[in-house]
Amino acid sequence: MQRNRIRLAALIGAVTGAILLPLRALAAQWNEKAFDETRFPDALKSVGALDLVESEQIELKTPEIAENGAIVPMQVTSNIPDTEKIHVFAEKNPQPLVASFTFRKGTQPFFATRIKMGESARVHVVVLADGKYYTISRDVKVTIGGCGE
Amino acid sequence: MADPMRMRITRKGDVADVKMLIFHPMETGYRKNTVTGEIVPKHFIKTLQAMHNGATVLEVEWSRSVSRNPFLHFRVNGAQAGDKITIAWQDNFEQTGGGEAVVK
Repeated sequence: MQRNRIRLAALIGAVTGAILLPLRALAAQWNEKAFDETRFPDALKSVGALDLVESEQIELKTPEIAENGAIVPMQVTSNIPDTEKIHVFAEKNPQPLVASFTFRKGTQPFFATRIKMGESARVHVVVLADGKYYTISRDVKVTIGGCGE
Repeated sequence: MADPMRMRITRKGDVADVKMLIFHPMETGYRKNTVTGEIVPKHFIKTLQAMHNGATVLEVEWSRSVSRNPFLHFRVNGAQAGDKITIAWQDNFEQTGGGEAVVK
């Protein structure tokens, strides 16, 4: 454990502090309408996902039981060719759309992150690939809700 | 903040495996201050870009439902030792931050 910490500290040393933000970063897109939707079907529509096909080519890893809804780890891998975007929804959150990822040339259609869940709900992942939408979902039981966090 | 983010990159062949942690409150706007009872205003990172040697490879849109001190793990193809991975983010208060690390 101690050794790991030292190694991590050495790696962190390679990270520079605050950097000047490239101008183009300021022009980044944020889908306000979709993020503000309060119903899951509306949020789906607002990201453009109308016809969804269930796909086993999407791997979604979530815990079956999340003790703390403020920190629910999740990992997604899309094995669908030409994956452009991946959206994450927590069906019963006050605003169900949690995150959207756009993969440019050179990035694998993979990510892991940690999300908040207000209560037990189904987590849906929607993949946009070659103009079509694919989906997979899993139930996550939340012991203590995380929306007050 | 003295330590705005941490990045850790490991390389397997030509794939850079990037793990990063940003220190940010990610307030939902639903939480009450336990002392004053007032609602803590929503304050969250909306967009994040990852760049590989200056070219954008990943664009992320986040909501209030991403956990405090956001963690992100992603993988970049075609990476070589000496390449730079740069992160830049912007929150709903127009605050910005980021970091850069070199692939080993």
